[in-house]
Amino acid sequence: MLEVQNISKVFGGVHALVDVSFSVAEGSLSALIGPNGAGKTTMMNIISGIFPPDKGSISFKGGVITRLSPAAIARRGLSRTFQHIELFAEMTVLENILVGRYIKSRSGFLAAGLRLPFVRTEEEKNRAKSLEILASIGLEGKADELASNLPLGEQRMLEIGRALATEPSLLLLDEPAAGLNIRETRDLGKMIVRLNTEREITILLVEHDMDLVMRISTSITVLNFGQKIASGKPADIQRNRDVITAYLGEEDPSC
Amino acid sequence: MVYALPNLTDDSYFITLMIFSGINAIVAIGLCILMGSAGQVSLGQAGFYGIGAYASSVLSQSFGLPVVISMLCAAVISGIAAVILAAPSLRLKGHYLAVATLGFGEIIHIILNEFGPGGPSGFGDIPALSAGGFVLTTPAHVAWVVWGILLLLMIFSLNMLNARPGRALRALHGSETACNAMGLDVVGLKIKVFVLSAVYASIAGSLYAHYVSFISPSSFTLFHSVLLLMMVVLGGITTVWGGLVGAVIITLLPETLKAFEELDVLVYGLILTLSLLFLRRGIVPIVTAKIHSLLVRRNA
Ligand SMILES: Nc1ncnc2c1ncn2[C@@H]1O[C@H](COP(=O)(O)OP(=O)(O)O)[C@@H](O)[C@H]1O
Ligand SMILES: [Mg+2]
Repeated sequence: MLEVQNISKVFGGVHALVDVSFSVAEGSLSALIGPNGAGKTTMMNIISGIFPPDKGSISFKGGVITRLSPAAIARRGLSRTFQHIELFAEMTVLENILVGRYIKSRSGFLAAGLRLPFVRTEEEKNRAKSLEILASIGLEGKADELASNLPLGEQRMLEIGRALATEPSLLLLDEPAAGLNIRETRDLGKMIVRLNTEREITILLVEHDMDLVMRISTSITVLNFGQKIASGKPADIQRNRDVITAYLGEEDPSC
Repeated sequence: MVYALPNLTDDSYFITLMIFSGINAIVAIGLCILMGSAGQVSLGQAGFYGIGAYASSVLSQSFGLPVVISMLCAAVISGIAAVILAAPSLRLKGHYLAVATLGFGEIIHIILNEFGPGGPSGFGDIPALSAGGFVLTTPAHVAWVVWGILLLLMIFSLNMLNARPGRALRALHGSETACNAMGLDVVGLKIKVFVLSAVYASIAGSLYAHYVSFISPSSFTLFHSVLLLMMVVLGGITTVWGGLVGAVIITLLPETLKAFEELDVLVYGLILTLSLLFLRRGIVPIVTAKIHSLLVRRNA
């Protein structure tokens, strides 16, 4: 579904990514892991079109998306969340989800201003769909709260909900467990698995939390200092020497 | 002081103020949508107001088009001008747009001065507002029409803001990065909201011209753009009601200050400065928050 080929990216003097290739199979729950600064977020940004790579190409569902705008990529069915929360802080929880429905609806300025009949039905449909999504992420009781008033864990859930509202076929999650406690992380893991198996959304998960990744993902790619050092099934990765060294090299080996 | 008020008897004094309040409010609600929802600043709104006034006047006077058609043509011209201005400058970040709109306003002023009928001294005998053979002869009729149009635009704006485009605009204000990730066409949206605010300003300018029947470039200056900005900020940019309230207050204020005689400009400036300092969120948001908290306390 997603093919990442020979991607390189340099920031100033920093080689954030060096000739990285991997692929995400349709229906898989893939993970991209690596210590802090390994280049994971940079890879997410390149895949979702926030900035282009220096070298290499990305294809998604058979088409090259390397130079497309993020909006164009989103419209092809690729959605994402952000490591540093990017919610619409001054809008309500429900409105955040409704913005996610944007590409699935069509009422423009004139039609909405004149409140044409199709706008009303579209609004009602989107509202129902959004409330359904809120229920699935456990935020049904908070529809009218401002997004900025939610605790961090719920903000992360809301970001996932907003991404789901675009009805993606591939969902990129950038460290969704960052800042969550153990229980929240466990619930999040269950939800990600449910999205993958029940809604049949292919998932590329970037995560720091090794336990979570090992438990839920079906295939793993490991980055270290911008280079791919391993890829394979969780069991293989756990035994891989390079991976162990990369992680033990960190100050906090539990990460 | 702010407007060249036409000579009127005392009877129609109040009505005249109502007309100017309504006209200003039409520009102000457009500016509210642009600034408060989409987070863009315009220092050139008087430019679109001027295009609306001049284009509609010339089309109806020299080309003999019906006033309503002239106003619509003027709105289209303003909309096109907005696209030409916005398309390149919206790609720029931060204050560049503000500077670009400031330049735009000045350019329009210079063009009206150099090439407008009558040059700097302007021109008169602009046909009165009329529709379908019915000519509005009294100021009272004009006031009804202006406030009627304001009401319709208000409803249009509220409908739009409470639906998909309005949410997209507010989202733009919140996080452009997230908007991109959600597939929103960020530049396209900004151009559209810019066009919308230009069309509102244009309609108001046309109404102004057909009402006063004499216009000159001096009504369409940076000073007027700043005044419009002040209305929106004073009333509160986050809701179109703020634009309406701010426009009425700023229009009436100089008139009520006439009692201060030659000190009126000073008092006017003082009031504006103090209210911008102490009512930073704008009157309407502050008042609604107060009412809300009172209701909550009563229910608790
Ligand atoms: N926009 C940017 N500008 C400059 N340097 C960046 C930028 N994004 C990431 N980097 C650098 O690239 C490297 C990889 O960062 P990142 O992709 O965020 O790592 P990770 O997400 O794996 O922690 C880091 O050294 C970081 O400082
Ligand atoms: Mg990161």
